Amino acid sequence: MLKILKYSFYDLMRSRWSYVYFLFYLALGFVLLFLNNDLSKAVITLMNVIIILVPLISTIFGVMYFYNSKEFTELLLAQPLKRSSIFLGQYLGVAGSLMLSLVLGLGIPFVLYGLFKSDTIWDFSLLLITGAFLTLIFAALAFNIALSNENKIKGFGYAVLLWLFLAVIYDGLFLMSLILFEEYPLDSFSLAATMFNPIDLSRTLILLKLDISALLGYTGAIFKQFFGTYTGLIVSITMLILWTVLPIWRLAYKAKRKDF
Amino acid sequence: MYKFQLQLIVFIFFIGTPLMAKTIEVCPSCEVKSIKEGVALATDFDTLLIKKGTYREFNILVDKPLTLIGENYPVVDGEDRGEIIRIVSDNVTIDGLHIINVGTSYTTDYAAIRVVKSDNFLIQNVVLEKLFFGIYLERSNNGRVYHNKIIGDALDEYNSGNGIQLWYSHHVQVDRNIVQGVRDGIYLEFSDNISIHNNISTNNLRYGLHFMFSNDDVYTDNTFENNGAGVAVMFSKRIKMMGNVFKKNWGTAAFGMLLKEINDAEIIGNTFEENTIGINIEGSNRIEYKNNDFISNGWAVKVLGACYTNSFINNNFLYNSFDISYNSKLNDNVFEKNYWSNYTGYDLDKDGIGDVPYRPVKLFSYVVNRTPETIILLRSMFMDIIDFSEKVSPVFTPDNLLDEMPLMKRLK
Repeated sequence: MLKILKYSFYDLMRSRWSYVYFLFYLALGFVLLFLNNDLSKAVITLMNVIIILVPLISTIFGVMYFYNSKEFTELLLAQPLKRSSIFLGQYLGVAGSLMLSLVLGLGIPFVLYGLFKSDTIWDFSLLLITGAFLTLIFAALAFNIALSNENKIKGFGYAVLLWLFLAVIYDGLFLMSLILFEEYPLDSFSLAATMFNPIDLSRTLILLKLDISALLGYTGAIFKQFFGTYTGLIVSITMLILWTVLPIWRLAYKAKRKDF
Repeated sequence: MYKFQLQLIVFIFFIGTPLMAKTIEVCPSCEVKSIKEGVALATDFDTLLIKKGTYREFNILVDKPLTLIGENYPVVDGEDRGEIIRIVSDNVTIDGLHIINVGTSYTTDYAAIRVVKSDNFLIQNVVLEKLFFGIYLERSNNGRVYHNKIIGDALDEYNSGNGIQLWYSHHVQVDRNIVQGVRDGIYLEFSDNISIHNNISTNNLRYGLHFMFSNDDVYTDNTFENNGAGVAVMFSKRIKMMGNVFKKNWGTAAFGMLLKEINDAEIIGNTFEENTIGINIEGSNRIEYKNNDFISNGWAVKVLGACYTNSFINNNFLYNSFDISYNSKLNDNVFEKNYWSNYTGYDLDKDGIGDVPYRPVKLFSYVVNRTPETIILLRSMFMDIIDFSEKVSPVFTPDNLLDEMPLMKRLK
């Protein structure tokens, strides 16, 4: 598996797209800091970017890589190799290179602007951690979609739809249901609903840091328990790990049974 | 010549004796063993020097103009039996006592030091612990409460008292006190022309500072941190609030500052940091907000209605989850030349003022007012899209509520 991981990783490192992705984050980081000159404001803007763009790019990139390297995958399948290690190796190669681009691309400008001397370092590291998680989750989801769909166009369509659903539509439905059932106690429902969407989940995680004072304004024991103590942080991170592990597990499971 | 001098000396000696106050020493091993005894022995304008030791006394009545000075903080232990010192005479000074164990009662407001209908008092360097009410001024004017430390251990609002309470007292100075762990740090009722400076009021159950029906008061450079709510100003007129710091008042009903039925006040140069609600305004008119910093609050300013002719000029709104929240479509307040960290406009003519007006009220804040659980959707992309469309064509938010001249750079 490690060998395949290494191969995929180096293959991607050499490819133009990784550089584009890396340069994009680098430029974004520098431009943000240049325009704002204020780390804490830049962190807030960056949060929006990470929550929306990281899933999109990971999804598209994952699907694209899977379809592009299909012939190579089939070649590997002919070798005496474990199927799970082939697919997991490829997956980790993609996710790893994406994460590296993200962390380096954003990390370099922020470090140059004096991140270590500022107190936003925790906000920033939380941001990078959630970004890494989102990359892992959405690349895994993308691989799942690509594995289940032979048709490239269909696969791409589903992947984009998945992103659109989780990034925008889910929240719309969520909001409507909250307003529709506003007479009922909704705090446990709303917390549960966040757990079922990795984007919402990472957003909550960041909110815990940035907007804790607003979140505590709501009268609800469960909210208070969740946001006021470490429960929120622990639960969110556990759920994110679960969100990472489940698609990867399904990927391995499907890959074993698929007829190529 | 010599004779004259002698006469003079004799004259001064005889005239001077009653003027030269004597000092009575009180200590556990002295002739005078208790403060009560000391007060009884003393004549007007005497000084009681209370030496280090523990004095188990309560209901000490100071009924003549005396100066009570504690040396090395002698402990006056009330043993939870009631009020400790009551001052009923003008010109009394209390200095350097350590008073503990004031009695708790549900019918009487026992205080560590109570001043009743007396003027020109000075209470300074006093340390109060395990108290019910701390310093209670009742119909007493022209006094000074300076550099005291009040440390309560209040747990519930119903059986705790206030740190410094003024009731029908005018022209009093409250300076450099530290109040913590009581119900209201400093409480003013029907007290006019009070000045409150450089106090630190923290960890109180209800309010750090509380005004009720008190007019023409000034409070400056105080710090209010982690109270139920920082400062509550209610039913008062012409209050000046300058240079105060309101910090970390977190919770469901927690405000940095709560304004209710306040008219003609000035709020200048204060800092509101990390409060759930920076300022909560209700029924307050003609208030001037200037040069304040609102940093990382949940809601910087929450306007609940019936607020007219207020002006917000030259304030910094930095990284608040919501800058302004309104619950009506009417707006009669002015927002001008503020710096908003959420402003996304541009400045082509480089005059430091953004070319596009800024709308501080987001649609989302309306949604949250209606269904509070939706707060969990804060900063989601869906909400941003809705907010953007509202910004382009306002339907729910007052369309004249905007800052026509948003600043491009933060005010220093």
